[in-house]
Amino acid sequence: MIINIPTPLRTYTDGQNAVKVDAASVASALQALTASYPDLRKHLFSGDGKVRAFVNLYLNDEDVRYLPARESSPVSSEDTLSIIPSIAGGSPGLAVQAISSWARSPADFGLEPRT
Amino acid sequence: MTTITEPIPLPELTTDDLSRYSRHLILPEVGMEGQQKLKAAQVLCVGTGGLGSPLAFYLAAAGIGTLGLVDFDVVDASNLQRQIIHSTKDIGRKKLDSAEEKLKALNPALNVVKYDTMLTSANALEILKDYDIVADGTDNFPTRYLVNDACVLLGKPNVYGSIFRFEGQASVFATEQGPCYRCLYPEPPPPGLVPSCAEGGVLGILPGLVGVIQATETIKLILGNGEPLIGRLLLVDALNMRFRELKLRKNPDCPVCGTHPTVTQLIDYDQFCGIAHETPRQAAMKNGIPQLTVKELKRRLDAGEEVFILDVREPYEYQIANIGGKLIPQNDVPQRLAEIDRDREIVVHCLSGGRSQRIAEYLKQAGYARVANLAGGIRAWSEEIDPSVKKY
Repeated sequence: MIINIPTPLRTYTDGQNAVKVDAASVASALQALTASYPDLRKHLFSGDGKVRAFVNLYLNDEDVRYLPARESSPVSSEDTLSIIPSIAGGSPGLAVQAISSWARSPADFGLEPRT
Repeated sequence: MTTITEPIPLPELTTDDLSRYSRHLILPEVGMEGQQKLKAAQVLCVGTGGLGSPLAFYLAAAGIGTLGLVDFDVVDASNLQRQIIHSTKDIGRKKLDSAEEKLKALNPALNVVKYDTMLTSANALEILKDYDIVADGTDNFPTRYLVNDACVLLGKPNVYGSIFRFEGQASVFATEQGPCYRCLYPEPPPPGLVPSCAEGGVLGILPGLVGVIQATETIKLILGNGEPLIGRLLLVDALNMRFRELKLRKNPDCPVCGTHPTVTQLIDYDQFCGIAHETPRQAAMKNGIPQLTVKELKRRLDAGEEVFILDVREPYEYQIANIGGKLIPQNDVPQRLAEIDRDREIVVHCLSGGRSQRIAEYLKQAGYARVANLAGGIRAWSEEIDPSVKKY
């Protein structure tokens, strides 16, 4: 299936706006995605492994929270999973906010310290 | 027994109106009655920036009777790339005055009501209550949640638009049957983990696209025609020019519009969004990095202290304005550590303090003993120390 990556998170997928994964459920698709791009994990999941409250997941055009099996919902190769983060930009040059740049270590933004 | 309420008579169209709106009047979906509804309508635009500019412009052109504008900002040169209601000559002027002038020039019959204030929990209900529809063109999470909750509490539709870089979102929230912003995003992202303005960036034309979608939805709601974006989230991807739409559902457990709401009055939205009213002591340290104020840096430089000022912006930014720091763009820092003197105290700066904080944390991890972040960056330097340093 295809997973659509929103702009703020493309830093962690080598700039790709979509990633193809082989998976049988929404949860396993996310697992495959974060296995390939480990830096994404903390942006999508909280410490206890739950999807963060300000990140919405859509299977095709349906909110995963409202699917009967939620993240266990089965998926096929034809399906598309979209990650929809909250964004707040709009008015003056004060602050365009989105989930992004949560860098806490050099590796988080693709920097490797020279040893 | 049924109560019969007299419908409020719609305002008559003048001869001028008939010629001005002739292209509307021949549309069966608008017609005379629709144009009269637009004339009777009162719409509040929260923000007269990127989204508010095209939104207010088109609503004024379309013949909306009363347009309320909420903004406390002044026009800055960096706004003009997207905030088309303001002109070069307006730099330094209040956005409200600049916007009013353009709107009245376009449509002298328009009634403009200006609110020169930040929308707060203390004034939001009072300001919003007189309007039929609220169009949200704000730029931060606390105000987004405030506008949403106030709209739900007052029963006013909230025409929502939001942008980031090349992506936009639009929807209509807080109608009686439809979901609200909190149904979509029950919680805001934690603060401090988000890039600020200049660091996030936005394609100038994107708020034009999204603001015009908001204007379209506003007009449709007034006309009561077409299919509004209720229960649908429209996603705009300007880079690939793709429009997608997702289904939104009203969450029965929503704390504000659900069946058993727990939010029944406006709250402290800064606190809700995790933005603490910082005490100076808290502000002085962030993730183990001292936050140096521009005043303190100036004092220390004047005292002859040999601090190493590291500027981690991009070369083009340095060309616009600099305070004489050593320029090493953030992504080059790991390869160029040899150029950063380990024996001196390092003060890292960028435009407003976001990128430099991360690099300061990185340097500390890389073994630099004394590293501070310049709070507010070169922008604060320009505002508080040296106005000749160009703001961008």
